[in-house]
Amino acid sequence: MTDFPVESHVVAPPVISVLRRMYWSVRRELWESRSIYLAPLLVAGVLLLAFLISEFVKPHEIGKTLELAALAIMGTTFIVAIFYCLDALNSERRDRSILFWKSLPVSDLTTVLSKASIPLLVLPLLTFAITIVTQWIMVLMNTAVLLSRGQSVTALWSHLPLFDMSLGLLFHLLVIHGFWFAPIFGWLLLVSAWARRGAFLWAALPLFAIGIVERIAFNTSHFAGMLANRISGGAQGAPVSASGMSMDLMPVGGPFHFLVSPGLWIGLALAAVFLGAAVRLRRKREPI
Amino acid sequence: MACIEARGLRKAFGSTIALDGIDLRVEEGRILGLIGPNGAGKTTALNAILGLTPYQGELRVLGRNPWTERDVLMRDVSFIADVAVLPRWARVSQLLAYVAGVHPRFDRAKAEGFLAKTSIKRGSRVRELSKGMVAQLHLALVMAIDARLLVLDEPTLGLDILFRKQFYDSLLNDYFDRSRTIVVTTHQVEEVQDVLTDIMFINNGRIVFECSMEAFESRYAEVTVRPEKIAAARELKPIHERQVFGRSMLLFDDVDRQQLAALGDVRKPSIADLFVAIIGNQNVQAQGAAR
Repeated sequence: MTDFPVESHVVAPPVISVLRRMYWSVRRELWESRSIYLAPLLVAGVLLLAFLISEFVKPHEIGKTLELAALAIMGTTFIVAIFYCLDALNSERRDRSILFWKSLPVSDLTTVLSKASIPLLVLPLLTFAITIVTQWIMVLMNTAVLLSRGQSVTALWSHLPLFDMSLGLLFHLLVIHGFWFAPIFGWLLLVSAWARRGAFLWAALPLFAIGIVERIAFNTSHFAGMLANRISGGAQGAPVSASGMSMDLMPVGGPFHFLVSPGLWIGLALAAVFLGAAVRLRRKREPI
Repeated sequence: MACIEARGLRKAFGSTIALDGIDLRVEEGRILGLIGPNGAGKTTALNAILGLTPYQGELRVLGRNPWTERDVLMRDVSFIADVAVLPRWARVSQLLAYVAGVHPRFDRAKAEGFLAKTSIKRGSRVRELSKGMVAQLHLALVMAIDARLLVLDEPTLGLDILFRKQFYDSLLNDYFDRSRTIVVTTHQVEEVQDVLTDIMFINNGRIVFECSMEAFESRYAEVTVRPEKIAAARELKPIHERQVFGRSMLLFDDVDRQQLAALGDVRKPSIADLFVAIIGNQNVQAQGAAR
């Protein structure tokens, strides 16, 4: 009879899951750095405008244009990612807001991971979405123009490997930008957590110095070669494929060979070390 | 369990010693004023308590190690470390949403209620707000968190007197209840005198004085001594003497009130007077010793 207390005085401590804290931390990044989505959207808009003009100026090969559009948007988000990383752990110390963020129950690990997820996951997916939409609008615009001129659109639609192209793009973005570039972004985040100012210089000069020292001391350029290989997406010396971009975006030797290559995994391990160091640094860092 | 407990708390920056072995115990339900000159180590002590800086020695806040468990500790502790640390790019609505998203003890409706009493708009960015409004916003966020310990480090620095008064009024009326603990540092000592339950003076990284406000009021008395009684008054060993408009004001520690009343007008000293007496004397002695 007395098993049902009317009112319990012991209130279970409310708990917020790590995932929810992560979600809000990522949203916070998007609020702060609006260039993450504004820059690629702007570029996509300009591309569409240029495409619209070209429709009336001269006929062109649409496959090449779609490829160019994808590369332009991807290049934009890559630059955005670099500047985002250099600023991510630096600006919160510059504007002293780190003192506010640290007054909330969010660990340094969650914060650093949420910031790392922007170049590694958010930007690749965003790039994919914006590119696909842009390419479709281009194809539809081209279709409309052809139809208005009374021309046949079967050639356009039957020769366009839109699906393969999209798949190749998604693979490239997730694997190359998300995995292969991970040590680059990890290094930039680490420098942004460490440097007081001039994060870009601190990120670039040590790498440059190592290359020069190696060149003078041993007359070799392994480090420079390694860096070039990393930045070019592991595609150095790849044969130029004839079949368009769906092949260009695939790494040398095909996707499977790439996923088991030691270069990829060494890079990921290095990225983990950089991010771990960034977490430790953020814990100790005070406003600049 | 004490809210904050420190033993032999030390912190050095290179050869500068910021905290020189502090022993500290703050019970729950107190409002402690940590008072000291610039560079005395107040902020360093608070930073250690909040898990913002590593330290040597033993320190427990609500039973936890703040350096290794900051994120968990922050569920029960909130702080305003400085004026104007809210991110300038953020909108008011974004800050409310974010804190509600990550803080299990944040009551958004309560924060909205506090904001309704101000002229702060939900859509404004922090950078568009005046310094006083940013402080109001931060206080609204912090007061809506059901925390057990609130730490305020110079929360009203640079604000005008109206805001400062309002700040402490709302803190006392809308936030403080006997189960919470508040630690506050400030230079505007007069403004917090009536708010505090305990005071602690810190100088050169050491705690040089601590007492409860009740003890403070019963022990210390300041007397405006009539000129003819000055020699008699000095006999009673005042801890400090100062001249105001040509009259001697003497500060006494633990001297019988009736005896003092015979010397002149007795009044309750301010914390500032005692601070000057204790820290001022110390610094003069230190300078003397250096020569």
